[in-house]
Amino acid sequence: MLLRHTPTEITERTALTINPAKTCQPIGAMYAALGIHGCLPHSHGSQGCCAYHRSALTRHYKEPISASTSSFTEGASVFGGQANMLQAINNIFTVYNPEVIAIHTTCLSETIGDDLPQIKKKAAAEGKIPEGRYVISASTPSYAGSHVTGFSNMVKSMAGMAEPTGKKNGKVNIIPGWVEPADMEEIKRITGVIGVKTILFPDTSGVLNGPLSGEYKMFPEGGTTVAELKSTGDSKGTLALGEWCSADAARELDTKCKVPCSVLDMPFGLMATDRFIDALRTIAGVNIPDEILNERGQLVDMISDMHQYLYGKKVALVGDPDQLIAMTEFLVSMDMKPIHIVTGTPGKKFEKRIKEITKDMGCKVNVKAKGDMFLLHQWIKNEPVDLIIGNTYCKYIARDEDIPYVRWGFPILDRQGHQYFPTVGYKGGLRLLEKITGVLLDRKDRDDSESKFELVL
Amino acid sequence: MATAAKKKLVQWGPAEVKAALLEKYPPKVGRKRAKQIMINEAQQNETPEFTANVRTIPGIITMRGCTYAGCKGVIMGPTRDIVNLVHGPIGCSFYAWLTRRNQTDAGPDGENYMNYCFSTDMQEQDIIFGGEKKLAQAIQEAYDLFHPKSIAVFATCPVGLIGDDIHTVSKNMKEKFGDCNVYAFSCEGYKGVSQSAGHHIANNQVFRHLVGQNDEVKPGKYKINLLGEYNIGGDGFEIDRIFKKCGITCISTFSGNSTYDQFASSHTADLNAVMCHRSINYVADMMETKYGIPWIKVNFIGAKATAKSLRKIAEYFGEKELIDTVEKVIAEEMPGVEAALAEITPRTEGKTAMMFVGGSRAHHYKELFDELKMKTISAGYEFGHQDDYEGRQVLPNIQVDADSRNIEEIEVEPDEARFKPRKSDKEMKALEKAGYKFKHYDGLAADMDKGTLIIDDLNQYEAEKLVELMKPDIFCAGIKEKYSIQKLGVPMKQLHSYDSGGPYAGFLGAINFYKEIDRLVNSKVWGYMKAPWQKNPQLSASYNWE
Repeated sequence: MLLRHTPTEITERTALTINPAKTCQPIGAMYAALGIHGCLPHSHGSQGCCAYHRSALTRHYKEPISASTSSFTEGASVFGGQANMLQAINNIFTVYNPEVIAIHTTCLSETIGDDLPQIKKKAAAEGKIPEGRYVISASTPSYAGSHVTGFSNMVKSMAGMAEPTGKKNGKVNIIPGWVEPADMEEIKRITGVIGVKTILFPDTSGVLNGPLSGEYKMFPEGGTTVAELKSTGDSKGTLALGEWCSADAARELDTKCKVPCSVLDMPFGLMATDRFIDALRTIAGVNIPDEILNERGQLVDMISDMHQYLYGKKVALVGDPDQLIAMTEFLVSMDMKPIHIVTGTPGKKFEKRIKEITKDMGCKVNVKAKGDMFLLHQWIKNEPVDLIIGNTYCKYIARDEDIPYVRWGFPILDRQGHQYFPTVGYKGGLRLLEKITGVLLDRKDRDDSESKFELVL
Repeated sequence: MATAAKKKLVQWGPAEVKAALLEKYPPKVGRKRAKQIMINEAQQNETPEFTANVRTIPGIITMRGCTYAGCKGVIMGPTRDIVNLVHGPIGCSFYAWLTRRNQTDAGPDGENYMNYCFSTDMQEQDIIFGGEKKLAQAIQEAYDLFHPKSIAVFATCPVGLIGDDIHTVSKNMKEKFGDCNVYAFSCEGYKGVSQSAGHHIANNQVFRHLVGQNDEVKPGKYKINLLGEYNIGGDGFEIDRIFKKCGITCISTFSGNSTYDQFASSHTADLNAVMCHRSINYVADMMETKYGIPWIKVNFIGAKATAKSLRKIAEYFGEKELIDTVEKVIAEEMPGVEAALAEITPRTEGKTAMMFVGGSRAHHYKELFDELKMKTISAGYEFGHQDDYEGRQVLPNIQVDADSRNIEEIEVEPDEARFKPRKSDKEMKALEKAGYKFKHYDGLAADMDKGTLIIDDLNQYEAEKLVELMKPDIFCAGIKEKYSIQKLGVPMKQLHSYDSGGPYAGFLGAINFYKEIDRLVNSKVWGYMKAPWQKNPQLSASYNWE
């Protein structure tokens, strides 16, 4: 057994986290910043943070992740990181020449109290920021929130680049949250089919799902441009997908630039996608073309075709709040039973939402924010499930307990496809359903006796 | 083959390459980097200004990680029955969770915590009010849940800054439990200039709290410790196979596939064989002083190097039985190696490689490329020191800067009860007279050809430039470098974690490596990068359907 020391009996832990269901803020800020065109994320801390974040993102995307660091040593930790940061800004613009440097802090620079806005001012005053280049920053202390919080904080800083001109641009801002490049691409496809002009930020499509062509571009073609970010202040509205990932940025645009916003769930599964499409229709004042209606019908068709294999199946879920809320709703909508649900990210609201979504399921649901995968495993030992959905670390539980398992979330370190095939929207729903029914039926084919083994399922 | 067909339009000289690498830097950065790029003069390097183990320049995209990574990730990570508890915000423990491909064999029932990730997950109030209470509670909870024989505590950046006394907390918990050894590592990420400082800190604490805890004499002949072998991709399993075949008893491995007890009884061995000089030489030195165990440098990467290292171990013990067995094993193993080489070298001969990895690995893997008749045209370390490049003879001349001075040096004295010279003075002298070298390492530069480029702490910009100018057939570094190099159409092999392969150590490992490099440099995929219409874009006439 891989996790052979995990006992079935659950004891309360107040200080020890085992097998976390979250990581720290800065990696979220780094991922978000990669969704700005021509942007170099910069980690203001010691080298290891940047090295770890780059490694984790590289393993997940199998793509180059460029990011720089202030390379703190003991001296900088004692005397403050301003000198390192100023030197870094100068070196970055000289050697790599990005359009934007997006700085995030770390527990180190936060603990010693480095003041990034002041350092940025000093850099500007000393002429270290060339004309037409930008430095943005987000405070992302690793000891608060989670990687989701860091993502949200950097996206909020991106919203801070809005420069309203007073003339509306006729566009809708869409903040997709921490989804895959393929999902961002799919959202753009959907809005394109519907005929809504949008500014999507951040947008990692074309950045973290690039081609192999014999050329290396440190700053690939994709990403939301600075011009688009400035223009977000002139949009007619903002759709923020996911309370945890995207709401702060949308509210920032509302407060600062009077761009009204709606906060929706991430469009995973049938109903969340329905609400997203309907909101788009309303905010943009357009009719939904038959092409989208047809995609919806295909998803409903597949749910109906496969319902006998889904009905009543118990599921354990681990991941990030926005994704889990939408996934739980999707599973419930297909008469499945998500009974153990854990996120490492804090937020009482999460537990409340999950309880609302599952209230008519007719069975006990274990849900925990600020939980960990050790607890999830213990819940599974106490009440087994038919399916696990979560990131790569779930495979240790899935193998030990011999449970079918769908990889979904962050990080996925051992399979490919997430950067190319979306799981948002109706088409994404089809892919999720294909994956879920695939593992459930593979298990049936494995376990059925020879006399019960069937050709047609 | 695509790589073979690649046109090398300009043959750049090393001086021109060096100048090209430096040209874009601000002057101050350029001056500093110039000292870390050496045009090798082979054997006798006179280049006086070459430096290593110095700070990375802020903003320059480095390959390096931090002290915590070197301590927890590298040295302590592979030991399966110690609960490694990280005191800090969640990220540090999360990123070091199963990402280094250290394999271990705990058997069906053995203690194994390597698949777990433990953290105190420090929150804002812990940073403000101190995290000692939470740490003590977390140690208690780990003890109550698992009853391990040992709990190791690792500091992350904020711990040092807020002044949590992790050593006292650990000591108190150890006393409270009575049957669990608890100790701590002050390996805050900002200490030192790279992972290397973390290795040193780990060595110190392993020596202080683990080595010498168990005096029980283990059975077996020809007892050695293998230091600096981390069982990445199963390297250690292959080395163990060979040791067993030779009749050599490996008391402990620091730290691949290791257990607490191996460290505890390591002082009962009679020879320390050091693989990774950079990460572990400190403990070898300290064990020699305290217990009288001599150390030698070995290398099990490369079939010839493996044979040489086995002979070196046999020569040390000097017994005919061992010498004969070692020769017999080599004679048994080499035909397989030679057959693989005969099949593969026609496809690899004359190709070129670059390696920027570790603090000894770039040197070790050169052996394997030599066996494939490939030329290493540029190499360097991520966190090596000057002695890893130029040999231990430069040790007295290395200037200790402020960053290194911050890392503790333990004063060691012979252990009154347990110090025992393994050989008499006369025996040692006789061995040395016959050319046997203890505590000896020549470094990378001596093995690199004249005119090749040795570059310390290579960064992303220089890597890309090097590949563009020198067009190697393969580039070796770590995961962060992998895909930017491959985007250029050059295969990239990870030599930290081996991507997905291994083992590459020993005889069978060497054969694995030959096959892997053959696969990489001769893969069809590098020929697919241009679409047919890109290769011949001029449309001269339209196709007539009818």
